[in-house]
Amino acid sequence: MVEWTEFERDTIKDIFSKIDYDVVGPAALTRCLVVYPWTRRYFGNFGALYNAEGIMGNEMVANHGKKVLHGLDRAVKNMDHIKESYCELSQLHSDQFHVDPDNFRLLADCLAIAIATQWGSAFTPDIQAAFQKFLSVVVFSLGSQYH
Amino acid sequence: MSLSAKQKATVKDFFGKMSTRSDDIGAEALSRLVAVYPQTKSYFSHWKDASPGSAPVRKHGITIMGGVYDAVGKIDDLKAGLLSLSELHAFMLRVDPVNFKLLAHCMLVCMSMVFPEEFTPQVHVAVDKFLAQLALALCEKYR
Repeated sequence: MVEWTEFERDTIKDIFSKIDYDVVGPAALTRCLVVYPWTRRYFGNFGALYNAEGIMGNEMVANHGKKVLHGLDRAVKNMDHIKESYCELSQLHSDQFHVDPDNFRLLADCLAIAIATQWGSAFTPDIQAAFQKFLSVVVFSLGSQYH
Repeated sequence: MSLSAKQKATVKDFFGKMSTRSDDIGAEALSRLVAVYPQTKSYFSHWKDASPGSAPVRKHGITIMGGVYDAVGKIDDLKAGLLSLSELHAFMLRVDPVNFKLLAHCMLVCMSMVFPEEFTPQVHVAVDKFLAQLALALCEKYR
């Protein structure tokens, strides 16, 4: 069981109450696909993802970015049972999408950077630490059902 | 994953823009390293205070960023240019190379905070590659 301090719980709730899903979701997934081009392997049906411009203008990428960010909502609402909350999604990513779980970590890093871009100095070291701890629990949970 | 000519130019350009804030970014980045990845404090047990924002942490962050800037100037041959720094890290400091990635991530976070408009995905990938190449050059003498 993950132990959360009061500060960490408050910080996570605060971040997700303020986040603009329509901006941050697409920004994070876009960065992931540009900065770690091998991640494009999972989006063959999204059209032309050959370069940064193509990725940044791609509507399917933007929509999927929003979807993925909303995928974190269940963890925010259920911070004491994150692993259980992602059982099914983990199986899905393993058995249907065949996503290398290391990619979850890459996307999490891009998400931290996307939020930093939005928040500037308000994204303090303590807040970054809490957010990255939260993301690492989600990343672990998404990888937990791989076999 | 070596840098293209265009990416080298992107790196030089961005670091040029960043130069007035480089001390702040260096200090912040190391503070964030010890805040987000507390295990990294193990390398600073000789300091009275290795907490985020402390004087020794900030000072050392500035030193490290100075080294990164120096590496920008040697971007065409990082291995040769960073030979003595590599020897220092390999034989004296013996920093586990995994930590270079962690610090690089913290640097990227700080860059995106201070320069949200300029730190586009294209700049991000060029700088990330550069920091990875830098880390590789630092590891050259490890074994």
